[in-house]
Amino acid sequence: MSDQPTTAKVVVIGAGIVGNSVVGHLAELGWRNIVQIDKGPLPNPGGSTGHASNFIFPVDHNKEMCALTADSQRQYIEMGVNTTCGGIEIARKPERLEEFRRRMTSAKSWGIDSRLLTAAEVKAMVPFINEEIILGGFYTPSVSCVDSLRAGTIFRERAMALEALIVVPNVEVEAIETVDGNVVAVVTDQGRIDCEYVVIACGVWSPRMAEMAGATIPLTPAVHQMIDVGPIPVLEATGNEIGYPIVRDMDTFCYERQSGGSMEVGSYAHRPIFMTADEIPSIKASRLSPTELPFTAEDFDQQLEEALELMPEILETAEMKYAINGLLSLTPDGFPLLGETVEVKKLWSAAAVWIKEGPGAGRMIAEWMTHGAPEIDPHQSDIARFYKYARNDHHVRERCAEHFNKTYGIVHPREQWASERGIRTAPYHARTEALGAFYFQAGGWERPHWYESNADLVEHYGIEEREHEWDARWWSPIQNAEHLHMREHVAMIDLAPFVVFDINGAGAFEYLQHLTVNSVDVTIGRSVYTPLLDVNGGFRSDLTIMRLGANAFRVVTGAFDGPRDAFWFRKHLPTDGSVVFTDNTSACATIGVWGPKARALVETLTHDDVSHVGLPYGSTKEVLFGSVAVRLFRISYVGELGFEIYVPMEHALHIWDAISAAGQAFDIRPVGAGVYGTTGRIEKGYRLMGAELESEYTPVEAGLARPKVKAADFIGKTAYLAAREAGPAAILCTLTVENQVSPRDGIKRYMTGSEPILTLDGERIVDSKGRPSYVTTAGAGPSVGKYLLLAYLPLELAVVGTDLKVMYMNELYPVKVAVAGSTPLFDPADERMKV
Amino acid sequence: MRILVCVKRVPAPGARIVLTNDSLAIDTKNLGFTTSPHEECAVEAAIQLVEQHGGEVTVMTLGAGEADEQLRYAISVGAHKAVLISNDALAAGTDADPIATARALTEAIADLEAGGGSFDLLLFGNESADSGGFQVGVRVARALGRPIVNGIKGIEIIGDSLTARRECVEGYEVYQLTMPAVLGVKEGINLPRYATLPGRLKSKKAEVLQRNTTTDAGAVDTTSLATPVEQTVNTIVLGHGPEAAVAVVDLLVELGLA
Repeated sequence: MSDQPTTAKVVVIGAGIVGNSVVGHLAELGWRNIVQIDKGPLPNPGGSTGHASNFIFPVDHNKEMCALTADSQRQYIEMGVNTTCGGIEIARKPERLEEFRRRMTSAKSWGIDSRLLTAAEVKAMVPFINEEIILGGFYTPSVSCVDSLRAGTIFRERAMALEALIVVPNVEVEAIETVDGNVVAVVTDQGRIDCEYVVIACGVWSPRMAEMAGATIPLTPAVHQMIDVGPIPVLEATGNEIGYPIVRDMDTFCYERQSGGSMEVGSYAHRPIFMTADEIPSIKASRLSPTELPFTAEDFDQQLEEALELMPEILETAEMKYAINGLLSLTPDGFPLLGETVEVKKLWSAAAVWIKEGPGAGRMIAEWMTHGAPEIDPHQSDIARFYKYARNDHHVRERCAEHFNKTYGIVHPREQWASERGIRTAPYHARTEALGAFYFQAGGWERPHWYESNADLVEHYGIEEREHEWDARWWSPIQNAEHLHMREHVAMIDLAPFVVFDINGAGAFEYLQHLTVNSVDVTIGRSVYTPLLDVNGGFRSDLTIMRLGANAFRVVTGAFDGPRDAFWFRKHLPTDGSVVFTDNTSACATIGVWGPKARALVETLTHDDVSHVGLPYGSTKEVLFGSVAVRLFRISYVGELGFEIYVPMEHALHIWDAISAAGQAFDIRPVGAGVYGTTGRIEKGYRLMGAELESEYTPVEAGLARPKVKAADFIGKTAYLAAREAGPAAILCTLTVENQVSPRDGIKRYMTGSEPILTLDGERIVDSKGRPSYVTTAGAGPSVGKYLLLAYLPLELAVVGTDLKVMYMNELYPVKVAVAGSTPLFDPADERMKV
Repeated sequence: MRILVCVKRVPAPGARIVLTNDSLAIDTKNLGFTTSPHEECAVEAAIQLVEQHGGEVTVMTLGAGEADEQLRYAISVGAHKAVLISNDALAAGTDADPIATARALTEAIADLEAGGGSFDLLLFGNESADSGGFQVGVRVARALGRPIVNGIKGIEIIGDSLTARRECVEGYEVYQLTMPAVLGVKEGINLPRYATLPGRLKSKKAEVLQRNTTTDAGAVDTTSLATPVEQTVNTIVLGHGPEAAVAVVDLLVELGLA
């Protein structure tokens, strides 16, 4: 402990598990002159780490969270603070057993040993459980408890041993200063620290710190109730901190975790209780700690009854010795908030991280700050992922109120939010609504996923229903019917959520060349589809760029990637003002018109030449639809002839109506994003950022490497060249599911994504870089008559005709490699698009 | 035997007590509430006595409706009955002064005894944790004409005879009282138990007898509260590792402990 220095390379605010992990990893990666401050004392400054339950359940459906947890657990083990105790999730309801089969599948995908237990087997492992009320269990032997305070101390000590770190506890941050959008200093009640970087790692207080710098960290402090019940002789008799497996009572959203001679019961079942960072009491004004608030017993009574029901033998007589409303951090989508803040350069967020992700998040932040990209793909945790509407307290609370009780819930992969809907709509929204659009939300936009007005097509095309309720959830047979109609006639698709950046100025060409893998040196009026890479050569983004002038470009990217891409583009803007970046997403609506009759339809709307000669594939030009100038872009994400039509927002309703009216003669139908994003795309094998494309994979492996590499330098070029030299370790393949009928109950099943691709013996497939083969996208291919999967396979298996298995709900289904590489399964020569 | 314990709902503050802007009350926005610690021990003492001798424990409080929480807590650890005395002024947060409080409690006790027979023992906390008046128990005992001893850290009952013990500088003072009697109990007499899960659940369903009082708040007004100057603790590091040993020994010698 030292006096507060006046300068630092980096100031890390917070000495909980996250701040400690960050300083440890920064020091290890060579950073020096690190100053870590906290307003509390060490080793427990009073944040959420101090009252955490400290257990780790490694299985998660989400790959990124699983990877962060696995990395964290590995680090806890290495530090000697990990006690493996095993953990059992128990089911009280039948649908939970189905969820456990799904968890078995995820465990297999990410390489975690788990197994299903009968109620009797649960009883054998946890003798004091009332097996009569449970239906079974999901057991993971590697579930562990960690000493997160000790781990934090070890991280700090290691950094101090490298003479990299000065720790100053008991200081309060009063200001974070910026100059020209860069962080320059942290001012505390002990004085000022001039610095180059600041990392905010102070959990529930992080929003307040960010606000001081003019940035946002969208999280809310939320109550998680916890009681400690004891003494319990059977637990005392183990003589251990933890001797029995941790029990997660999934259907009551509670857990029971031994803590020495007591049982800790925690809950995510009570009503959502939120605070703001400013409402949290000071250390001295708190009875226990600022994040251990007075217990509101009435919120927990239901959980008491359920806990008693589950473990009556030991909980009947034990006393509630300690009960808190503990504070933890919640975010709008449940993922952490990691990365450089979008508002202030060199101000980093390492927030909304729980014990199970702490050291992994610390490593991720340190690598990211050091190299420009972390090893684990951070796209779901990236703090830049939020649109502005999602970076405020209102949104945070609405969403957190919705998902808090889903912490142990069964959440369908396609499930849509109920809150914060209708806040971004296209100008023709009333029209799509009238057509019975079922909306999914994309980047906050209400985007039709299918239209009830197309229900008649289901019978016409003979589309079958899905028998299993789970598979039919958030899905409609209308999607497949719309797909077939588009392939036969023509369809119009609402693409208003498209993210549109216009990049202009004397330096625009050079600037873009520096970001893109493929050259933007194309003729004016032509376009280029290109990956953007991070410095490690992994995917940062993939998008389309139209060249509208010598130094005028339009970049179009997907709704889900918009904010991250905007951050990336802005971050790399030259400081001399030679490039002007304009986000025109809100100024510009896009309507897609595709299908064999698309050109004939558009020809009725314009006098301009839209023939194959007048507007060849991949080209763009402005034409008049009546009196309105629209930009046509001849491209397709669904493998059909047609256009993306870019329209100024104020004309979009008019143009929607014009297309719709003219389209009647061509039997046009509005078609949803179910076709655009899944069925049309997967038949063509088109890759999606965040699914097939992520930083773990290179363009070579994704089948997106062109024969030649452009001469100009670009971000990731060195790594990209090395990847080309080395060749792929895996190849993205399209697989067909050869038999979808469940061996267990004879019901036809439909994968949703993330399932493992296995050998015929059911063994995991892992490539030479240690990456498992799993389903990156799953969806119907109505025109090819098969259910399709995309997955990376090691070279020896990436051979057309190879028979493999896919696991779904813990059962194996036969699959066959139909395509290895990027050749589309449907219309392999792209003839339909290029006529 | 029948025992009545009078308790008070008080804030459970941290090291620093935060006052409201007008300095007339403790800011309880972030605070939980608890039973005044001496009274928590009185409840425990009553439960232990009933466990030994049979009978029942009634807890009673005067205050706002929220004090229901403290009554139910007493039930959750083993009390049998609960009485909440309130009126509009109390519900609005007015704190009755010791005279008014004693008057309301006395009336209630008289009524309860008229209905159910005399209490053998009335227990109070030595003083409340917030206002610390040291008066209510004495005033009630006086009004009922029963003997009272304060500062009690031990109670023993043999037949009708009650032996109470309190600490003094040189040791203990021992009092013998004839019941019905009144005692002011002091923290340290026992270690109060915590609620069990079934206890908590039972307390939720228990009936709390609601009783109105016409008593006003009394003549004592709070004009202002102030927090004492915080004591700052200076930590002197004597050294690290084995080399600190000599300094530690020197200090122990200096303090007369070695």
